Amino acid sequence: MHLLDMTAAELAEALAAKTVSAVELTRACLERIAAVEPKVHAFITVCAEEAFKQAADIDRRRLRGEPLPPLAGIPVAVKDNICTAGIRTSCASRMLQDFVPPYDATVVMRLKQAGAVVVGKTNMDEFAMGSTTEYSFFGPTRNPWRHEYVPGGSSGGSAAALAARAVPLALGSDTGGSVRLPAAFCGVMGLKPTYGRVSRYGLVAFASSLEQIGPMARSVRDLALLYDAIGGWDDYDQTTLPAEFIPTLPGLNKEIKGLRVGVPAEYFGPGLESAVREKVRSRLKVLQDLGLIVEEISLPTTEYAVAAYYVIAMAEASSNLARYDGVRYGHRAAGRDILAMFTRTRQEGFGPEVKRRIMIGTYVLSAGYYDEYYRKAQEVRTLIRRELEAAFTRCDLLLTPTAPVLPWMMGEKQRDPLTMYLADCCTVPANLAGLPGLSLPCGFVDGLPVGMQLLGPALSEPLLLRVAYHYEQAAASCHATPPEGGGAGGI
Amino acid sequence: MEYEAVIGLEVHAELCTASKVFCGCATTFGAPPNNQVCPVCLGLPGALPALNRRALEYAIAAGLALNCQIASTCQFDRKQYYYPDLPKAYQITQYHQPLCTGGCLEIMTKQGLKRVGITRIHLEEEAGKTVHAGSTGITGAQYALIDYNRCGIPLIEIVSGPDLRFPEEAKLFLEKLRSILCYLGVSDGKMEEGSLRCDANVSVRPVGEQAMGKRAEIKNLNSFRAVQAALAYEIRRQMELAASGTPLAMEEARAWDEQSGMTVYMRPKEQPHEYRYYPDPDLMPVVISSAWVEEIGRTIPELPDAKYDRYTRQWGLASHDAWLIAAEQKLAAYFEAVVESFSGNPKTVSHWVLGEFSRLLNLEKTAIDAVKIRPRDFAVLLERLAAGTVSGNTAKTVLETMFYTGQDPDTIIREQGLAQISDVQQLQELVAAVLAAHPGPVADYRAGKAKAFDYLVGQVMKATRGRANPEVVRQILIAELVPAEKPAKQ
Repeated sequence: MHLLDMTAAELAEALAAKTVSAVELTRACLERIAAVEPKVHAFITVCAEEAFKQAADIDRRRLRGEPLPPLAGIPVAVKDNICTAGIRTSCASRMLQDFVPPYDATVVMRLKQAGAVVVGKTNMDEFAMGSTTEYSFFGPTRNPWRHEYVPGGSSGGSAAALAARAVPLALGSDTGGSVRLPAAFCGVMGLKPTYGRVSRYGLVAFASSLEQIGPMARSVRDLALLYDAIGGWDDYDQTTLPAEFIPTLPGLNKEIKGLRVGVPAEYFGPGLESAVREKVRSRLKVLQDLGLIVEEISLPTTEYAVAAYYVIAMAEASSNLARYDGVRYGHRAAGRDILAMFTRTRQEGFGPEVKRRIMIGTYVLSAGYYDEYYRKAQEVRTLIRRELEAAFTRCDLLLTPTAPVLPWMMGEKQRDPLTMYLADCCTVPANLAGLPGLSLPCGFVDGLPVGMQLLGPALSEPLLLRVAYHYEQAAASCHATPPEGGGAGGI
Repeated sequence: MEYEAVIGLEVHAELCTASKVFCGCATTFGAPPNNQVCPVCLGLPGALPALNRRALEYAIAAGLALNCQIASTCQFDRKQYYYPDLPKAYQITQYHQPLCTGGCLEIMTKQGLKRVGITRIHLEEEAGKTVHAGSTGITGAQYALIDYNRCGIPLIEIVSGPDLRFPEEAKLFLEKLRSILCYLGVSDGKMEEGSLRCDANVSVRPVGEQAMGKRAEIKNLNSFRAVQAALAYEIRRQMELAASGTPLAMEEARAWDEQSGMTVYMRPKEQPHEYRYYPDPDLMPVVISSAWVEEIGRTIPELPDAKYDRYTRQWGLASHDAWLIAAEQKLAAYFEAVVESFSGNPKTVSHWVLGEFSRLLNLEKTAIDAVKIRPRDFAVLLERLAAGTVSGNTAKTVLETMFYTGQDPDTIIREQGLAQISDVQQLQELVAAVLAAHPGPVADYRAGKAKAFDYLVGQVMKATRGRANPEVVRQILIAELVPAEKPAKQ
């Protein structure tokens, strides 16, 4: 088996058994990236030099026989909106195309402490605003399964890098589905943790009250491994939860018989492509065979989720992105006076989708409209959260599609942002309610992956990962490899 | 028609915490530019604020000392505007729910005690400092330099009610407020360093009118004098406008120009200003329990009002003296330490502390902490004075030596031979010698020229280099001079 077809857990064993060194693994990884990049374009920056340095350090410690941390020598790709000291962090924006942070995000610091080797920064929609990874200043990422299709977004680079076997682990960020959607579209796994379970310190903010950094991988074990490495309270992020962080990896094998799975009708409504509906529903049988009790339920507020989500996300975005004024860092345009400089800098530095969201967000926070839009959206948010909390008094988890549609052709929805926003309808409720959501592969339609989503109550990551793990053992489709050729071009 | 002014103050006080309000950077004044910064206070992409608990405690203490209600949670909002010295393009402040509301502060005006409302106090972060280069002012500047050291220093904004009527009252209010903040130890109150700043809102209206006129806001007044002078000018200006039938038509922001002694127009006040306030999602509401508030309350020291009461009621100090001492925490502590060691009347102490001692402090620009005279020694000197060991004038000389050397008064008196001569026999001999040496003045006195008496006293004092007890000398002289006038009686 090729090194890069192995999971992170398998690689860790190989490293421990000294059948491979961290430097060899890093080299293999960088070669693989070089081979697939021309077709997939999953990376904005590949940091070979830093990666070899980290890997060599791990090898020295390995040879000295030191006890190694859980991710020692494992290559990881990091979404380009997560700060890495000394390595460009562009957010796929012209605004930050040369921005090199002087500090590591908390998750990156934790990855380094866990021994992981950061090999590169992955492509994304500009400032994480988009569902296709087409809105990148550095050009779009392609779906490794079929190159003329989008990989989903905004963490499309991370998902595509995993699917293309360029890395075994990757970090994404999920504001309204940006980890789960590309995971579904690329046939990999992604977890959006409970709000506050993973530190946002160093995650370039888009919508602070909604987003979480999430692990992405090709196996549930790996997902748990990465999640355990990054989670927990952080003094630098006061929105992290003080509850003790319990590692999920040791509990994956625990019994799941008798758990109740709710299937909310609204997630299987008219907007859902029938092929997706069939694929996801067919998986209920697998869960029932595993001893889970399936129950049809209803969540009527779901239909308001997308509207509330976009009002809140855009309002926060307009505020979070105001700092890009050209004064201290990033792109700066010349201007007659300070106002002209601000205006031209932002005119040139931001792409069309970012500008659209800043403008709408500015509008909904304006005096006179605040109550009508922002406050109303927050009220809807409360209703959605309460409804989900109530559902979790009856069910242990929910099963839904991750997206209502199959991956679409590149360029298809660029002229119609509203239909693109609707692709988020299954994922945004978890962000509004701050609940964990996990996307798992559940088969293919026309050679394109389909994803299903497990949702759980706050802090139920151990449970979601455990159910996912049992499902993974029972379902063959979880670990399919894209055809060399990616349908059209080949990876 | 007669007009009156309506004045309200907005006071910004930097809290003197060791680190900034949302990050660990130091707050030292005068550090090299941009040396006390980090990703958080520079607003770098991805950085998040973490609230400094001490800053919140300081703000609560200020609220308690100003008799405010303390909110049950501390919540922050973002106030959004673009300016180069505001790195996130929003200021973290409190808009929807200020930390403290509904307080008051009392000032002693010429008309008597006056209660001024404290509408609100909220906690926020400082912005950076823009320095315009190539010109003395903003206009004509070639470029601007920005120092972000100040960015993120905790700040409280204290908003008074529109209760002040005269510039003098505004000054008294500000002095009292500064005094209280310094007592609490939450602010250093240094207006000259900008850690205490004041904007003044002022309008005029016909006496008896309830509605308020259009107001002007005078920005960034950075001394007590500036507050008083700027208000006096602005009130006169507005009253003249009103009297001539053209009162302020639009609310406006004005600046105080020290040189010309005038307020100058800056810009119209946009109303309502579009700051797009909304709750900051990066900072969770902090619950403020009543137990915590009580705990903070227990750390509040005796405040100037309470001291003033004690000084006047228990110790009999004159109102003016009591306030002068109570206003300055360190002076008050020093004063009380002297009183404690002194067996006599506290008024004697206040007389000496505000007199000779203050003269020396001002002369040498010495801070109270740096004074060499131990309060105990000060008290000993006053004991010697009371016992007649030294005269008042000598005591001043001794205090001066104590001030410069830190020596105790007894050593100085002994070594310099400054003890007062009150021994009657010794003085009688001296007086006899003086009378013998000055027959002319003796004759003059006996002829009814009272001034000659003072001359003779002076001669005795001169002979003892001022050490003779003047009262004793006086009595002996009277005794010596009188019998010669009416010898027949014997």
